[in-house]
Amino acid sequence: MLRVSASPHIRSPRTTRAIMLDVIIALIPAMFAAFFIFGPRSLAIIAVSVAASVLTEALCNLAMKRDQSIGDLTAVVTGLLLAYGLPASLPLWMAALGAIVAIGAAKMLFGGLGDNFANPAITGRIFLAVSFGSSMSNSVVLGRVAKTGLSPDLIGQATALTNAGDMDLVSQATPLAVAREMVEGDIPDSLTLFLGNHAGMIGEVSVLALLIGALWLLLRGVIDLWIPSTMIVSTVLLCWVAGGDPLMHLMSGGLIIGAFFMATDYVTSPITAKGKIIFGIGCGLLTFLMRMYSGMPEGVSFAILIMNILTPHINNWTKPVTMGGEAHAS
Amino acid sequence: MLLIRRSHRGIHPPENKNTSKIAISRLDDFDTLSIPLDMQIGPGCTPLVAKGDTVLVGQRIGEPMGGWSVPVHSSVSGTVERVKKEIMSDGDVVEYVTIKNDHKYLVSPDVKPPLINNRDDFINALRDSGLVGLGGAAFPTFVKQNPPPDKEIDLLIINAAECEPFITSDHRIMLERADEVIAGCMVTASWLGVKEVIIGIEDNKPDVVKPLEEAIKAYHRGGAEADIEIKISMLPTLYPTGAEKVLINKLTGRVVPMEGLPADIGVIVQNVTTIAFIANYLKTGLPLIRRVITLDGSAIAHPGNYDVPVGAHIEDVIKAAGGTITKPGKIIMGGPMMGKAIDELTRPILLHNNAILALSEEDAILPKEIACILCGECVRACPMILQPTSLDKAARRLDVDTLEKEYVLNCIECGCCSYVCPSKRYLVQNIIIGKGLVRAAQKKGEVD
Repeated sequence: MLRVSASPHIRSPRTTRAIMLDVIIALIPAMFAAFFIFGPRSLAIIAVSVAASVLTEALCNLAMKRDQSIGDLTAVVTGLLLAYGLPASLPLWMAALGAIVAIGAAKMLFGGLGDNFANPAITGRIFLAVSFGSSMSNSVVLGRVAKTGLSPDLIGQATALTNAGDMDLVSQATPLAVAREMVEGDIPDSLTLFLGNHAGMIGEVSVLALLIGALWLLLRGVIDLWIPSTMIVSTVLLCWVAGGDPLMHLMSGGLIIGAFFMATDYVTSPITAKGKIIFGIGCGLLTFLMRMYSGMPEGVSFAILIMNILTPHINNWTKPVTMGGEAHAS
Repeated sequence: MLLIRRSHRGIHPPENKNTSKIAISRLDDFDTLSIPLDMQIGPGCTPLVAKGDTVLVGQRIGEPMGGWSVPVHSSVSGTVERVKKEIMSDGDVVEYVTIKNDHKYLVSPDVKPPLINNRDDFINALRDSGLVGLGGAAFPTFVKQNPPPDKEIDLLIINAAECEPFITSDHRIMLERADEVIAGCMVTASWLGVKEVIIGIEDNKPDVVKPLEEAIKAYHRGGAEADIEIKISMLPTLYPTGAEKVLINKLTGRVVPMEGLPADIGVIVQNVTTIAFIANYLKTGLPLIRRVITLDGSAIAHPGNYDVPVGAHIEDVIKAAGGTITKPGKIIMGGPMMGKAIDELTRPILLHNNAILALSEEDAILPKEIACILCGECVRACPMILQPTSLDKAARRLDVDTLEKEYVLNCIECGCCSYVCPSKRYLVQNIIIGKGLVRAAQKKGEVD
């Protein structure tokens, strides 16, 4: 029996699963950084978030009578990215709930992979931030790191977190919250910001670890630089013009992870280079506005979410004219 | 108005030009041959022979039905076994002339070099030769060489890109029949009235430059057509360089308007093997009855380039070339990117088959598609600057308006989008259906 099918008869070996595996590999350095900075509890958050994401997707597929899709690894990526935006002190059930919202509500209810309009990890994180504000803004670092990197004053104010069950943990203000004078504290120096030994969300703090991952994604051709470069440059430039410290804005909060790992999400970002530039600048502008003028210290998540919503429109505005179609277009 | 705008998009699949160093060898002695009377774009032929008739090599067995039609000739001498309508792989019902080969290869007395005194003689000779585009499209050459008088042609492009993986038949023709290639360029350019010829070649065939240049020098030494300049242009290896509109764009920067023809921008493109045939026909008068095919693929024992008679059964050709090493799971006429999968090994070699590929059963397994992740790979790959993912989705929901608005008719069906898709979606396959939807709607007058 000969098989008959329409051409092409060969396909590139690259698969969606392999692309997602590359994203997972790119997120591993940040996982190591999280372990060193926040201790084993950060790994527990990551594990719960990933497990809840995959389980939610599997159950949704069963309930919706769809082909099982967890093999494409996109749920693992969502679980990782969600966990990276959570504080190490967050109760584990909250991490699980965030994952259920991310996959169940933001992804599967909209039709699953490819049909979600908003980045699931960002949606899950915003859901948690809105629902459990104080738990989400509680930022902790391991005591030994804090002792070397922080003023005695802050260590004195530090509260051991009961739910963490670890007396080595101290709470500390995030640099952006300090910069906005929402809380008292010192902004760590640039090197500390770069390495990540400071308060923040578990996967966001180490710029070094994230950049290693971003480099992997660029080398493997998973992402290009249009969105990250325009988003980072516009955020930092605008914050600097408005009187902020450019290095601090570059290296703190979710800018690096947001620009390289969240805003570049294929499904929820524009397709063409022109569209990506508009999207990146939009993300940068909104991040700047929220960081400088909103009631929150951080704006990356909301900025990306809003631009996610605009993505279909950006795609419509930036549709290319086909070769030789000029006469038709006019 | 000429538009200058270049496209550099495309893909680079494994080249697999395994047979580029293997010289063409001739295969004969096929006992039975089946020659379809419609192998071209445009109407086919009516049979001139009936069961029991004796035929000779080069004898006309199919009479053109007019218009774009070209005659069909017998590739062997022997007896007509039957003339019968059969279903081809693509679903068309076509009349086949089945000939029992007498292995004597007696040549028909009609085979003699044509007398050409003017342009009309040249065009008629092209038609009588049965020549169609041998690169795969099977467009009648005499039609292409006779553009409407309002189109001013200033450039003849020879398509020698051979961008499909595996295929090396054009490559071997250029190496082994360089003089015919150049003679064909000169005579065609001369009757077309153009002074400039560009031979576009992908740079994975650097060894053809020397023989072609020597052939040009030798031709000019003869003193003829001294005012025609032939340029050899090496292009980066990037599928689909050999797609007509892409090749013109890469060589000249000119853009063929959507739904237009190369003649609209002053260009005629001919495949290099087609051009070589013209020179040979004018010299010998032997019509198009044989062609060179590349036989390759994971199931083939002895890949190579074989000069075979049109109508030979694929099964017999594979056997004569040394058989298979594993059971073939898929047989492709043409390249792996745009070739057609056929349903039976008994199908004949056609005029425009530049390759027969036999894939192992393992290589014939079709990938399972998953959801589109909007990665944009197809958009970056599309040489026509379309958005394949959007067209695919529009075609699946039968959205004719979107298909039309997003220029679906400009798709050249090269398959780059489906090749690169990491979700293994059947993009070009659905887009082709989308083109059909738009054409049907246009016929009904629903869209303009």
